[in-house]
Amino acid sequence: MISLISLWAIPVILFVILTLGLVKKVPIYEEFTEGAKDGFKVAVNIIPYLVAIIVGVSMLRASGVIDMLAQFSAPVLHKFMIPVEALPVMIVRSLSGAAALGLFSDIAHHFGPDSYAAKLCAVIVGSSETTFYVLAVYFGSVGIKKLRYAMLTGIIADIIGVVAAIIVCSHFFLPNIG
Amino acid sequence: MNYIFYFLIVISLIAGAINGRLSDVVNSILTGAELSVKIAFSLIGIMAFWLGMMRIAEKSGLVHLIAKIIRPITKWLFNEISPDSPALGNIALSFSANALGLANAATPIGLKVMEELQEENKQKDTASNSMCMFLAMCTAGFQIVPATVIAILVGAGAKNPTEIIAPTMLVTSIAFISAILVAKLFSKLWRDNQ
Repeated sequence: MISLISLWAIPVILFVILTLGLVKKVPIYEEFTEGAKDGFKVAVNIIPYLVAIIVGVSMLRASGVIDMLAQFSAPVLHKFMIPVEALPVMIVRSLSGAAALGLFSDIAHHFGPDSYAAKLCAVIVGSSETTFYVLAVYFGSVGIKKLRYAMLTGIIADIIGVVAAIIVCSHFFLPNIG
Repeated sequence: MNYIFYFLIVISLIAGAINGRLSDVVNSILTGAELSVKIAFSLIGIMAFWLGMMRIAEKSGLVHLIAKIIRPITKWLFNEISPDSPALGNIALSFSANALGLANAATPIGLKVMEELQEENKQKDTASNSMCMFLAMCTAGFQIVPATVIAILVGAGAKNPTEIIAPTMLVTSIAFISAILVAKLFSKLWRDNQ
């Protein structure tokens, strides 16, 4: 049912936009090309911001600091029944979507897709967004340099999301697992 | 952003030195830079397509109509932008694209919203309250069905991959509502030091 909505969403949106445009006598071809002209400009405008955030995150991942952090905080994690494997996913999720998906897929294959670690990571990855990437690209595209409280809000919401994921998952999945 | 940028790079360098991975770290500069340009260039086509479609939707009055329908909610969330702004309709579209997991449509629409919010912004280098609220909604990443995650679970041979949908919806709603409340709270409390 829900995957059906995802499948039909774009076709329906395109149908409605074009049909309504024609009914309202909008010169749709001219307006389309006029709007599309900005595509190149916007994409090129965000390159400096993309480079800053993506190079930074690539360096962080290559440095191995995330594994160090996972080892360091293992005792605390055990106390709250959080699998150590899940920590890198929690940290990377806000920085890089592709990296988080890669880590999650690794966990699902290595520990099994029905393991608690895989389920917890699935919920974390599925319920959040790459906060820093979105901030850099969205603000960068219009040249905003002072973000005020936008970043703090994003970080707080991410932390609440991770805590919520840990609590919700332990209620949903833990009783069924050995 | 200045501190984040500094710490990302300096911590990477220090940790790379400790772990003996300094050459990996340096190499990752090149691959990261290459990847950013690849992402930007792969955006050009899809960006042009959706910006073109959005322009038709705007000219036909569709965006205005959507803005009107959701006005009761947006009046509270975005109390600083004028009620006639096309941004309000586009915010609804961007939210829907995100919720349905249509990432390819969500980014172009989101960037269009930023452009429209910037027009109403008085200080062009500083984020307005409306922008912070919009970003809070975007970075919270509200999504109805995590299609990619389920696909990976299925690929790994999960017994019951759809059992993560209910907890994910619960968590994503909690995070989304908290993000809005936190942004609203900050818009009242935040004092700029300049």
